[in-house]
Amino acid sequence: MKRLAVLAVGILALGAMVWAGQNALLINGAGASFPNPIYSKWFDEYHKKNASIQFNYQSVGSGAGIKQATDGTVDFGASDGPMNDEQLKGFQDKHGSAILHFPTVLGAAVPTYNIPGITGALNFTPDALAGIFLGKVTKWNDPAIAGANKGVNLPAQDIIVIHRSDGSGTTYIWTDYLSKISDEWKSKVGKNTSVNWPVGLGGKGNEGVTGLIKQTPNSIGYVELIYAIQNTIPYGTVKNSGGNFIKADLASVSAAAAGAAKDMPEDFRVSITNAPGKTAYPVSSFTWLLVPAKIQDTAKRDAIKGFLTWMLADGQNYAEGLYYAKLPKEVIEKEKKAINNIQ
Amino acid sequence: MGSRSFLSRLRDGDEIARLITMVFAATVVLITLLLVYELWTDSSLARAKFGFHFFVTRVWDPNIDQYGALPFMYGTLVTSVLALLIAVPLGIGAAIFLAELAPPRISDTLQFFIDLLAAVPSVIYGLLGVFIIVPLMRTVIFPGLNKPLGFMPFFKGPSYGVGFLTAGIVLAIMVIPYIISVSREVLLSVPRDQREAALALGSTRWESTWKVVVPFAKTGILGSIFLALARALGETMAVTMVIGNVPTISASLFSPGDSIASVIANQFTEATGALYTQSLIALGLVLFLMTFVLNGLARILIVVTTQKGSGVPT
Repeated sequence: MKRLAVLAVGILALGAMVWAGQNALLINGAGASFPNPIYSKWFDEYHKKNASIQFNYQSVGSGAGIKQATDGTVDFGASDGPMNDEQLKGFQDKHGSAILHFPTVLGAAVPTYNIPGITGALNFTPDALAGIFLGKVTKWNDPAIAGANKGVNLPAQDIIVIHRSDGSGTTYIWTDYLSKISDEWKSKVGKNTSVNWPVGLGGKGNEGVTGLIKQTPNSIGYVELIYAIQNTIPYGTVKNSGGNFIKADLASVSAAAAGAAKDMPEDFRVSITNAPGKTAYPVSSFTWLLVPAKIQDTAKRDAIKGFLTWMLADGQNYAEGLYYAKLPKEVIEKEKKAINNIQ
Repeated sequence: MGSRSFLSRLRDGDEIARLITMVFAATVVLITLLLVYELWTDSSLARAKFGFHFFVTRVWDPNIDQYGALPFMYGTLVTSVLALLIAVPLGIGAAIFLAELAPPRISDTLQFFIDLLAAVPSVIYGLLGVFIIVPLMRTVIFPGLNKPLGFMPFFKGPSYGVGFLTAGIVLAIMVIPYIISVSREVLLSVPRDQREAALALGSTRWESTWKVVVPFAKTGILGSIFLALARALGETMAVTMVIGNVPTISASLFSPGDSIASVIANQFTEATGALYTQSLIALGLVLFLMTFVLNGLARILIVVTTQKGSGVPT
């Protein structure tokens, strides 16, 4: 009997919690998985400050995020790559209004490798990276690599390329960079969340790529910067457009965004790979929230605008603790103005 | 019986039981039909654009919106066939030992472990593949086969450790418990009279097993093999971890490849564009077709072999 009473109280309490949850304004979003840790943190913190607003984010991937935002099944989307013109037109045709891009934080992809006997960071020129991933630079001691690594005893071994097998924002950043620095890559392969790779093996996820690299001598691949930092995976530097070899870290990724800020288009759909700036890390990218320009529900509209404003101010302070690079000031100022475009 | 009224049968519960179980049975058919319907309608764009070329195109390139199923079909078939080539002799041999030759205590203990293996999630087998089989393939098995047999296209290098054969071996390890479990049950259910008759006629224990018991249980053993094949065809996680994920068609067993289930799991979430998504769904339809055709062939095989008189009472 006693047990029954406890059960009844428990069910009532659960019911009350569900009821309280429903009472809050629920805003649904879906998309990129790369920024999921910081989005979860943001939505949680924002809910603590504004108990009446509850964000619900599903990290289903950028492609699915764009699709669900376009279908109108979620209130906002999120993507590691900007929507293309065709996708924007699709949204416009369906809703009669536009969808807006809001950069939130930055990510980067870094080259990581396993060459027996080499422990230090290797330097990679754009030509070396393009050559390796096109399958044209096939040996580690090729002049394209050796030229930038004087004094390093590179072996005369075949290079084994490892890439992502799953569609991913990291692949988008990597191939976007290769498209910018190599015309051959641009015309032969192009940029996308997954591409038709000229050479190499595929591993699923950052952990799949890392696993393959660790096991395969003389291999090279790319992983998300945060993943490399958190798992202390050694990675190389990449030569930027200013001619300096830059090791990726939070500061050099933010610098890439600052370099691109001057020419930032009004819709924020910008690629910052190979960005100008002496200290900019060249394989960097924004990740975006996708918010409809017209939101009929005024309560939801105010909540989303309120969140965006908070995200650009207090929210940015959570970024570095979770190893995301912060937005540069110039971009934040520009975004604050753009929030007014949501009506 | 037939003269009893519907009402009295209803009162006895027979009719209710019949109706309820019929609904359950119908659900299975309904789910299958729904699945085919969804796969069919959601792949309409891809089917209209590529038609039968989908089956023979080798290119899979989201950037030029060009999709073909051939390398994935090839990878799925090759890995499953390799798995069966390894698993069938091992599994049936083990089942014969457990059912016919081992003392009951050993047989039951081993059966416990085999059931345990059948319940292990596939990602665990994938890890086993990544950490043990992949390095073994690269450092021991490939050099061992490539040196004496490298002139044959099947054993050509280079080897990365991952590839068709690695996936086949991991799949074989995964399906062996199924083959052993089902085959053992079938062998155990062969009537004692059959064995005793053979022994009474002067055959040895092995002769009675191999010439009487196994043929008697042939249908059931074939059933276990097709269960294993179905599992191998659709396996996703373990395969994707060890196959290399590159859509290639190569005679070399050490070449990396890709399978249908694996590419769908890899690319579906981040696929943008209608044709891309629909082509992945079309791949699902192809996998369904392959399973359907192979199951059909299995049925035919069973009918043909039993007609030849395998000892199964008719």
